[in-house]
This record gives sequence, structure tokens and C-alpha cells, in this order.
Amino acid sequence: MSDHAPSFFKRYFFSTNHKDIGVLYLIFAIVAGLIGGIFSLLIRMELAEPGMQILGDNYQQYNVWITAHGLLMIFFMIMPAMVGGFGNYFVPLLIGAPDMAFPRMNNLSFWLLPPSIILLIGSAFVGDGAGPGWTMYAPLSTTGHGGPAVDMAILSMHLAGASSILGAINFITTIFNMRAPGMTMHKMPLFAWSILITAFLLLLSLPVLAGAITMMLTDRNFGTAFFNAEMGGDPVLFQHLFWFFGHPEVYILILPGFGIISHVVSTFSKKPIFGYLGMAYAMAAIGVVGFVVWAHHMYTKGLDVDTRAYFLAATMVIAVPTGIKIFSWIATMWGGSIEFKTPMLFAIAMIFLFTLGGVTGVVLANTGIDVALHDTYYVVAHFHYVMSMGALFSIYAGYYYWFSKMSGIEYSELLGKIHFWLTFIGVNITFFPMHFSGLAGMPRRIPDYPNAFAGWNYVSSIGAYISVFAAFFFVFVIIEAFMRSRKAQKNPWGKGATTYEWQLSSPPPFHSFDDLPKVK
Amino acid sequence: MNLFIITSFLSAVLINKMLLAKGQPTEWQIGFQEAGSPLMQQLIDFHDFVFWIVTAITIFVFLLLAYVCVRFSAKNNKKPSTTTHHSLLEVAWTLVPVVILVVISIPSFRLLYNQNDFTKIDMTIKATGYTWYWGYEYPDHDGITFDSIMLQEDELEDGQPRLLSTDYQLVVPINTNIKMQITSDPSGVIHSWAVPSLGVKMDAIPGRLNETYFNIKEPGMYYGQCSELCGIGHGFMPISIKAVTSDEFAVWVDDAKEEFADNNNNNVVLKID
Repeated sequence: MSDHAPSFFKRYFFSTNHKDIGVLYLIFAIVAGLIGGIFSLLIRMELAEPGMQILGDNYQQYNVWITAHGLLMIFFMIMPAMVGGFGNYFVPLLIGAPDMAFPRMNNLSFWLLPPSIILLIGSAFVGDGAGPGWTMYAPLSTTGHGGPAVDMAILSMHLAGASSILGAINFITTIFNMRAPGMTMHKMPLFAWSILITAFLLLLSLPVLAGAITMMLTDRNFGTAFFNAEMGGDPVLFQHLFWFFGHPEVYILILPGFGIISHVVSTFSKKPIFGYLGMAYAMAAIGVVGFVVWAHHMYTKGLDVDTRAYFLAATMVIAVPTGIKIFSWIATMWGGSIEFKTPMLFAIAMIFLFTLGGVTGVVLANTGIDVALHDTYYVVAHFHYVMSMGALFSIYAGYYYWFSKMSGIEYSELLGKIHFWLTFIGVNITFFPMHFSGLAGMPRRIPDYPNAFAGWNYVSSIGAYISVFAAFFFVFVIIEAFMRSRKAQKNPWGKGATTYEWQLSSPPPFHSFDDLPKVK
Repeated sequence: MNLFIITSFLSAVLINKMLLAKGQPTEWQIGFQEAGSPLMQQLIDFHDFVFWIVTAITIFVFLLLAYVCVRFSAKNNKKPSTTTHHSLLEVAWTLVPVVILVVISIPSFRLLYNQNDFTKIDMTIKATGYTWYWGYEYPDHDGITFDSIMLQEDELEDGQPRLLSTDYQLVVPINTNIKMQITSDPSGVIHSWAVPSLGVKMDAIPGRLNETYFNIKEPGMYYGQCSELCGIGHGFMPISIKAVTSDEFAVWVDDAKEEFADNNNNNVVLKID
């Protein structure tokens, strides 16, 4: 087969090939994730004991760290890995398409990210740094921060948002128009479904964020007063706009993970997915309902009590499709012949830990309880269980699942399992005690805390050291694989792996399909 | 310090030091602070109700997963089944969660509306968030006005918890329905006025006047911290409440009128009836 891959520079810097761009995204995500991990290490070092540990009296620096940590992990680790990385690489393969619909736009989506992350990391070092939290609430982010740091962070978000919108347009067009003959929507693999729904969420929510941060930019620099109460503006308006984006955003972070977990669970149980249609439409339902629950992040803002009652009810509704997914995964495993390879370990752990993070979400959905837990470490524990165990474990599952397909070499199963157990133990020691601190009333985003909170914070910090070690161990697993260079088979997982990518060589040829595959 | 933490954990476990101190967190605490107001007691009761439900769900999912992993491992089950549908099961795991959520939401709505029932209010206090301290005002008591600033470590007296104690406390009478009006400096940023043991947390937002209420049952100190990121001093603007009997409160009001006489000039305009 003639396979004209361009030279290295042309291939990776001017790339229009979905697989090369996917690999670029993954490398980018790993680098950003490690930087974000270093920020979390610094945060936990500061919080290891009461009193100031490493910052002296530079409290602003702490706020800069939490802001950078949040934005890096969300916009530059999880999203690029799931949507840009796995989405780009595997959606065309899964639906039997030759490439993405708009290859040049795909290139642009990726290359908007490096300047964006440079602006963001740069913002941490300019002036006092940007420290309004990843939520960037006005007026702290407008009148509360002088200097160019917050402006840089805003422009960084603009670029990352534009990148994601372009990516979303590309995915929607690709999935609607470029499926192989016979690949109807209801035959499409669940990962492609998850990316399609995610792309719609991105397309509909990111412009709202772009509008909100543009208003913030003009408030800061051009004398407008959208969010300035003194001039008739409304700080709460920003929060409505932000969370109208922000809540779909959290489903953007987890839905592709749901898709990955479905593939992994089905493959290693050697069974087709249980309740396929229910799984696909549960994701669609989560996506739709996800747009009308935003104010559950704002229960303590003084919203009208009936409004809060509505958001309470709407938020609870999301537990139903999520439950369908959890039970369908377990039903897929039921009756299977389960092999506990590294991807499956991450998937099983994800199902359980996501359930744990999900039920604390049900607790928080109750406005009455949220009054006690809002902005405490209970919330921090909740969203790290769904993100750092839900989303990150999905990424790791997908990574080990598809590593041999992307690279053509095999990772070490032993090292992969060590990485799994290190991560599993580390994140649980880090985040489980945060439930206790939160119930006891410890507020988020404080660089120092009353002495009574010392114990569990110390435990959390030890867990964080293990987790960060695990993250660097992951890099070692990759390096080891490339050094040993064990040649990978077409399909290392056996008959459970039924989707198209496993019928191609590892790595797939530069142009995946010479002829479009036919769907039975 | 590490040794201190380990020994304190052991001693907490051994001599059951986990007994809750009133109005503030205690070492190695794993649950809510003891309720200082009926509303917080309601909140704790409802949370415990939800907690048992979600714990049961989590354990159920864990047991299912564990069973599946053992029973259907490649070792124990060589031939995978090909079942992909079971309508009854799918309907069940859709409807049963709906029922559970309805069961949770009914008492949840009741708690929400109780928390926002302002029909029986005895007195009002206004709290204003500044960067980075709270200002208090007693409009029902000749507009007593003062600021409440965190005590530094070297200013603490015996028994005053670090980062929670302030120079002046918010003094309130017990057994009184007190409405807190909460706002922020119009040119400032958003703060949040929160006291965990009283079950209140309400954001202080420039240009808005938010309301919440509490009723303290026993005299004592009740502590809280700012609960919305407000910049450099976010971790250092605590709320400390001193609850006293109504007689003691009356004495305090008289003293405070004199002590803070110079502070309330700015309220004169508001006092024109």
C-alpha cells in the first residue's frame, strides 16, 4: 500500500491529518496536565499544615495557583485529551470516514491552543497574577484585579474557546455527513455518539462564555459597567452567563469519558454494550438537561426561592440518565468474560468512583443542604471525584486502550497496573478526606485554615504527593514503552474489540481506509 | 508537626476527643458541626436522611461491581453471554431512581421553604462585606455600627481559635429570630457570610441586599468564615458571633451605643422617619 507520509516538520506542524492532530492534542494534554499537576502539588504543600508553609504572606499567589490549576486541567488537559485527542484520532476511524470534514480547520483548532496556554501560564507571572479562581467572578476579576494578568487570562480563554468551537463544528459535520455507507446513527459506536453530543454542548455554550468574558474585558478596559453595581451593572449577571456555559462544560468534560468507558467495558467483557440505545439517549438527555440546571451553582446568591426549587428539581433529574449509564455498564459486564487489563481496571474504578462523586452531587443538588456545603471542601471533593476520578480515569482508560493502536507498540502491562494502583490510592487519599473537611465547614480557596482542620488536610496532602508521583510515573510508562518498542498487533484485545480501528494496522496507515468500509 | 498530627489523631481516637465543640470545628471531625439553631438541626436531619440513601446506593453499586468482577472474570466464566437487552430491567433502573429522587425531594423542598420563611422576625442586623472584614449594623437598636476584624496570632487570648476570632463580635440575643441582611461594599467584591453551626450562608453582593435568618438556642461563641473567593484576604475575614441572654444583650446594647457612638454618623440620613 502506498503511504505517503510527509516529512516530520510538515507532518506535525502543518498537519491536516486527523491522526497526527490527535497525537499532537494528546501530547499537549499530557504536558498541560503535568503543569496543572505541579500547581496542585504546590497547593497541597501550602495546605499540608496550618499556618503558611511555602508562600509567606503572599496570599495572592495562592489564588493564582488555584486559578491556573483549574483552568489548565479543564481547558488544557481534559478537553484536549478527550475531544481533541481521542475524538480526532478515533471518531473518523469509528465511523469509517477518511478524515475529518475540515482538515485545515482541524489544524487551526489545535494551533490556537499553544498561544492560549502561553497566555494563561504567562498571566500567572505578570504583575500580581490572575487570581479570581477559574470561575472568574466579577467584580473580583474586574475592579478587584489591576494589571494585565486577568486580561491575559481572558484572551487565553477566548483562544481556547475559539479552538473548541471550530473543533465542535468539525465533529458535527464529520459525524453527520461522513459516516461509511450503512453506518446509521443507531449503529454508530458510543464514543462517536459521546463526541457528537459534546460537540453540540460546546457549540451552544462556549459563545455564551465568550460573550461574558468579552463584557468583562470591556468592563476592565473600556469603561463599560455590565458587572459593576456602582454604575447600574449586576455582578450576578456574570454568574448566570458563566454557569450557562459552565454547567454544560462539566458534561463536556465527562461525556467523552462515558463513551470511552463504554468501549473499554464492552471490549474487556467480550460482550456488546448492554442497552445501546438507552446509553446513547441517556447521554443526549444529560446534554439537554445540562443546559437548564446552571443556577445550582448559585444557591447562595439570593435567588428567588421558587427559582431555587426549580433548579433543585431539574438538577435531580440528571441523576436518572446517569444511573442508566452506570447500571448499563454493570449489565454489560454481567455474564461477560472479564479480563482485568489496565484499561479495564481504570474503567471499573471510574464506574465506582464516578458513582461516589455522583451521589454527593445528589446531596449537593438539595438547596437546603447546599447552604451548609456550598463553597466548602465538600464541593471540592465532589467535583474532583467526578473529574479527577471520572474524567481523568476515563482518559487513562482510553489511553491504555488505544495506546498500541496509536503508537504501534505495546505498553508494559505490569507498569500500567502499578500506575493504576498508585493513581487509585493517591486520588482517594487526597479527595476522600475533603468530604470531612467540607462537612466540618472548611471553606474553599483559602491559603490557611483554622487549626481544627489540620488533620484531614495533612492526609489530603500525603495523597496529593502520591497522585503527583503517579502522574510522573505515567510518563515513565510511556517512555519505557517507546524504549522497549514491543511491536503491537492489529488487535491486542481479542474478539471483544469489534470497532473499525481494530481492523486496521497499528498504527493505522496515513490514510486509514483505501476503500470505505461497508457496514453489515 | 507530623508527629503532632499523628499523636493528635491517635489521642482523638483513643480518648474519644471527637466530642463536638459548640460553634466551631474540632480536630478530625468527620460530620457537621453541632447544630446551634433549629434550622441547622433540620438541615442535619435531612442530610442524614439523604446520606443513608446515597450510602446505600453506593454500597449497592460497589457490591454489584464486586460480584460481577468475581463471578464473571475470564477465569470463572469462559463463555461470555450475548445478552444486550432486558426491557424490564431497563425500565426498572430508570423508574426506581425516579422514585428515590421524589422521596428525597419532598423533604428537600420543605427545608428550602423553611429556610426562606421570614414571617416571624424579631430583629434585624445588617452585615456588609468589605475587603477584608465584616461591618455590622443594628438598625433596630439606634443603628449601632462597628467593624469586626480578624485577630492576628499574637493578639489571641486563651481559648480563641486562630483565624476565626475577631476584635469585636456580632453580639446577638438567644431565642430570637434574627434576620441578617447581607450586602457588600458597592465598590468592593462578592463575599459570603457563613456560619456552619447555624446553617446560614448567604453571599454579600455589591448592589444587592440578601436575607437569611437564624435563631440561636444556647449562649456561646459561633464561628464562621467568608465563603466566596474575594481576593488576597479571603481566608482572613472570619465571622464570630457571641450569643447572650436577652438581659445581657440589653446591657451590651447600652454599652455599645456609647462605645460605637462615633461610628454611626452615616446612618443619620436613613433614620429620618
